[in-house]
This record gives sequence, C-alpha cells and structure tokens, in this order.
Amino acid sequence: MKNEWPLWEVFIRGQHGLSHRHVGSLHAPDAEMAIKNARDVYTRRNEGVSIWVVEANNIAASSPSNKGPLYEPAESKVYRHPTFFDIPDEAGAM
Amino acid sequence: MYAQMVKTAGNGVKSQTDMTDQEAAFQARIDAGEKIEPKDWMPDEYRLTLMRQIGQHAHSEIVGQLPEGNWITRAPTLERKAILLAKVQDEAGHGLYLYCAAETLGVSRDELLEELHNGRMKYSSIFNYPTLTWADIGAVGWLVDGAAIMNQVPLQRTSYGPYSRAMIRVCKEESFHQRQGYDAIRKCAEGTDAQKHMAQDALNRFWYPSLMMFGPSDKDSVHSEQSMAWKIKINTNDELRQKFVDQTVPQAEFLGLTIPDENLKWNEERGHYDFSQPDWSEFFNVLKGNGPCNKERLGARVKAWDDGQWVRDGLMAHARKKSTKLAAE
Amino acid sequence: MSSALFEYLLRLGDNTLILSHRVSEWCGLAPVLEEDIALANTALDLIGQTQMWLGLAGEVEGKGRDADALAFRRDVWGFRNLLLLERPNGDFGKTMMRQFLFDAFNVVNLGYLIKSSDPRIAAIAEKASKEAAYHLERSGDTVIGLGDGTEESHRRMQDALDELWPYVGEMFASDTVDAEMVAAGVAPDPQTLRKEWNEITVRYLTEATLTVPDGTFAHKGGKTGVQHTEHLGHLLTSMQWLQRAYPDASW
Repeated sequence: MKNEWPLWEVFIRGQHGLSHRHVGSLHAPDAEMAIKNARDVYTRRNEGVSIWVVEANNIAASSPSNKGPLYEPAESKVYRHPTFFDIPDEAGAM
Repeated sequence: MYAQMVKTAGNGVKSQTDMTDQEAAFQARIDAGEKIEPKDWMPDEYRLTLMRQIGQHAHSEIVGQLPEGNWITRAPTLERKAILLAKVQDEAGHGLYLYCAAETLGVSRDELLEELHNGRMKYSSIFNYPTLTWADIGAVGWLVDGAAIMNQVPLQRTSYGPYSRAMIRVCKEESFHQRQGYDAIRKCAEGTDAQKHMAQDALNRFWYPSLMMFGPSDKDSVHSEQSMAWKIKINTNDELRQKFVDQTVPQAEFLGLTIPDENLKWNEERGHYDFSQPDWSEFFNVLKGNGPCNKERLGARVKAWDDGQWVRDGLMAHARKKSTKLAAE
Repeated sequence: MSSALFEYLLRLGDNTLILSHRVSEWCGLAPVLEEDIALANTALDLIGQTQMWLGLAGEVEGKGRDADALAFRRDVWGFRNLLLLERPNGDFGKTMMRQFLFDAFNVVNLGYLIKSSDPRIAAIAEKASKEAAYHLERSGDTVIGLGDGTEESHRRMQDALDELWPYVGEMFASDTVDAEMVAAGVAPDPQTLRKEWNEITVRYLTEATLTVPDGTFAHKGGKTGVQHTEHLGHLLTSMQWLQRAYPDASW
C-alpha cells in the first residue's frame, strides 16, 4: 500500500475579518493532523486566527479550456473593480 | 544558486518557426507576463525543467538545514539559539513550500525525496562545506543567504504561478535571515581577538564557495537562454555573482574583515568590482560528491528518512483506522 | 523564602531549558518536514519559557546573574531539572512520549501557577500555559496515532512508555522547597497534581491502546540536584562550550 501522506490545501482567515484565503499546501495523515500542521507551518508569524484544510483530491477546479466562458463575462463588468471609479483626491482615501 | 546548473530540457531556444502553434501561444503568454498555472497546457520540456529546478531548490533548503543545525545545540546564548532555530525552521518551511510547488507539476514529494536519496537529484554545492565555528553560522547567514536572496528576489516574477507564489512567501520570510547572520558575525568581528580570528577565518572559507553558488558562467549557454525565455531563470549567473560581490564588499569593509582575494578592486569604468573567479575544478568535484561533507549531508538525510518510516506508516495506519471506524458508524 | 523561591524557579526554568535543548536536537532530522517544523515550534516555546523562568530566578537571587549566566555557567550540580528531561532523545517515539508525559505535567502545574500569590510567576504561567496546552494536544495526538498505528509503532510506543515510566514519579515528589512554596501560596504541592495528571494521561494512553505500567519505582535526584544522570554532563558540554571556552566574549 502506498503510504505517502495525502496532500491538503490550507486556507487561513487572518486577523482583519477577511475571508479564508488559500495560503499553500502540506501533507498530513488526516484532517486533524493537517490542521495542526497548518498551524505550525503557516501561522508561525501570527498570520491567522482560523484554519480550514481540504484534501487536495477533493477540490474541484475549473479547467483552463473553460476560461473563456467562465471569466470573460466578468471582464466586461469593469464597474465591479474599485479602480473603475475616478475619485477626486480631495475626497480622501476610499 | 539553490538550484544550480539545472539541466534545461530540450535543445536550446526554439525559434518562432520551429514552434508548434501551441508552443507559440504558450511563449506569447509568457512574453505577455501571464502566469502559467498547473492545469494550463505547457511544453513537456518546460514542465520537466521546472520539476528539476524546483526540486533541487527544495532539496537545498532541507539539506541546508544541516550545516546550521550543527550549531543549534552549541549556540552561545538563549537568544541566539532561538533565532538560529527559528531560522533553520524557516528553511524547512521553504523546502515544504517548494515541494508543494513541484507537486503541482505531477510529481510527489516522496518521489522527489527518493531522487535526492539515490543521488539522481542534487542540492546546492554550498551545503557540502562544514560549519566549524560559531562565526561560520554568521557567515552562512550573511553570505549564503545573501547569495540566495539575490536569486530568489527576481524569481518571484517567474512564469510558473505556484513557483512564483512560493518564492514570494520565501522572500518575505527570509528578510531576517541575512540580517541575523550579519549581526552574528558582526558581534564576532567587533569582539575579542579570538572572535575576530573566528570571523576572518569564516569569511576566508566561505567566500569562494559562496561565489560558486551562482554556478559557472552561462552567458553562452543555449540551455540557460531557453530557461530565460521561459522566465524560470531571470538573470545570468555572472550578473548575479557581480551583484553579490558589489553588495558584499562594503559590508565586509564595515566589519573590518578582508575578502580573501588579492585581485579584488573597484573598477571605475565598469562601475563594479573586479574579482577572482573561484576554483571551478573544486566546484565540479563537490558536485561529483567529493566535497568535504557530501557523504555526511546526504547520509544524514537518508538516515532521518529511513528512521522516520515507521512514524509515517504508523500515523497513516491510525488515520485509516479512524476513517474506517467513522464510515462504519 | 528567597532562596527557596530561587530554587523553585530553577526547577521550572531548568525543565524547559533542558527539554528545549533535547527537542532542538531534532532540527533537520524529523520523520517528515511538517514534524520538523512543529518540533522546532515546541522547542522555541520552551526556550521562551526558559528565558522568563531563569530571568526571574536571576532577579530573585539578586547576584546579577541573568538567564544566560544561569543556563551557560552552572555545572551539573547546579541544575534542578527532572531526570526525565535530560534523557537522550532515542527514537521519535521516545521523544514524543517524553514530551507527552511532561506536557501533561506542565499543563496541570501551570494551571495552578496562574493563581500564584507571586504576580510575576502568575504572569509567566499565563503565557506558558497556552503554549503548553497546544504542546499537549500535539504530543498527545501523536502518542495516540503511533500507539494505535501499526504493530511496529505500537510496540515502539509501549517500549517508550515502559522505559520512561520510572522517571514519572519525580514530577510529583515534594520536598521542603515545595512546602515553602505551598505555605506562601506561590505554587501547588506536586503530590497533589498526580490525580489530574493521571486523568489526562490515562485518557490519551487508553486511546493509544497502550498499557500503563504498574511499577511504582521512581528515580530521583534531578529536581533536588543531588544526583543527575551521566547524560546531563554531555548535554552541558555542548550547550556551554562557547561560553566556557571564551568567557570574556559576548555574542
């Protein structure tokens, strides 16, 4: 039996209330150890307060050939991006 | 560098006319500064070269733990011990990030380790030199990490997404490594006569091996040209070496230490230091396995891996039992 | 009181000093990268605790010795750590078993030190107890995983437990130093910690399918400093080398 520990993807929510963000991967025998390993590997510098791990095998990803149909519609909605709006300097930081 | 003399797959740079449409489109993406991601189409040679390069880089990080680890138990103060331990721990982390980046190319970490253990994959020549005194720990941080950073900073812009992201993380964490090394050797250089001697001796022994880290001149190498076209190599070896020398000389002067090179001289015209090349025959000997510590370094890694087999198997077996039990409930 | 307090603080600080040193010996050599990183974190936490405990010890002693002077300039007879912690690492299983046995003790002990009448001790315990709780979770899970893993890992963990068991009792031995600490409300009586320690360890060891040895014999001499093992001298030889060889140097 192949005994290599499975690969896990690690997601961490930082201190500022943002969503969990993918930070990297690691190996662990199970989910509990993966969370502990993630704490030791990816929060050595107080990077996060909440950790998610997902076994890499269980992640469904869009395939590059779909890149057009999936993403192009968003590209035409430039108003979703903050830089679309020209804010006068006098208005201050936004 | 940490990835030294990585053999670029293929036969040098393909001209536009030799490329298939797919290859041309791929090159166009790279030229446009796009990142290549794991599921994207890529030429086999690109994938293979990256696997070698990232794998070697990862191996260097974990073998690189050993020369510094050699002094953790002898660090002179509690603070120095904590700093060094945290630093060497970072190297393990960097190895981990890099193995993960390599895994996105379709090779597993265990497979890469097997290649390291059976000698088919290399790690940087620098880690085959011994750390004999505490000042060596300073010299390693200052010179070896300094040389590594020189290479790793531009690699943050490499074309392969996972590699680039790993490098960004590595560079962010590494900013303290060179500083701690310089600080440690500075304490020696400003210390007692014995400490000064230690510091100079460390510089004497680590100077040329550090220059070797960049690899022999590759300005005429077609393989390097291909890697540069793919943006998995950003600068030539000579460019980086020169940059390293220019940066390091004033740092040594500040410490009152002498770089062991009689030909070292500022060249006003070039705006760079002239310096002596290291003994490249020594370099090739080290690569062949004849460095002062090759046997010990690889031996220590293989032993750690073999001794750890029952642990990895045991924890995996327990995880399997647990999931079977859960499934049965 | 102040000499007993000094003595008591040395016991706390030497425990973490010697254990952190042993754990740091694993750097670069653990069974898998993730463990390498985790072990280094444990060692780093313990070094931090050492700096606080021995720093306070030096302050209490009032002779101008700081944590480094205490760590690097005392000989074997001056050390007050448990014998358990100076033992060589052995295989990864023994290292984790030793860690687990001590972590459980540390967690229970720190739980009382948080309420110490000495606010300096309470403050250090507050910080250290969070780290110790994580160490216990980690070493405990590893003991479970390896105990209930393969036949080989089970055997190795049982061997580790059997070998280390005679060093457990010293954690709960009380003497006049402890009595003074109890009287002053500084620290708990070690004897009274055993019950809680048993509850924790038995819970983990049972899940690990390991058999708790029934021997009651306990080696002693570490926390009193009367008689250490031969291993401590070798440990100090490397740890103190630079400070001893270059007494005038600063690093």
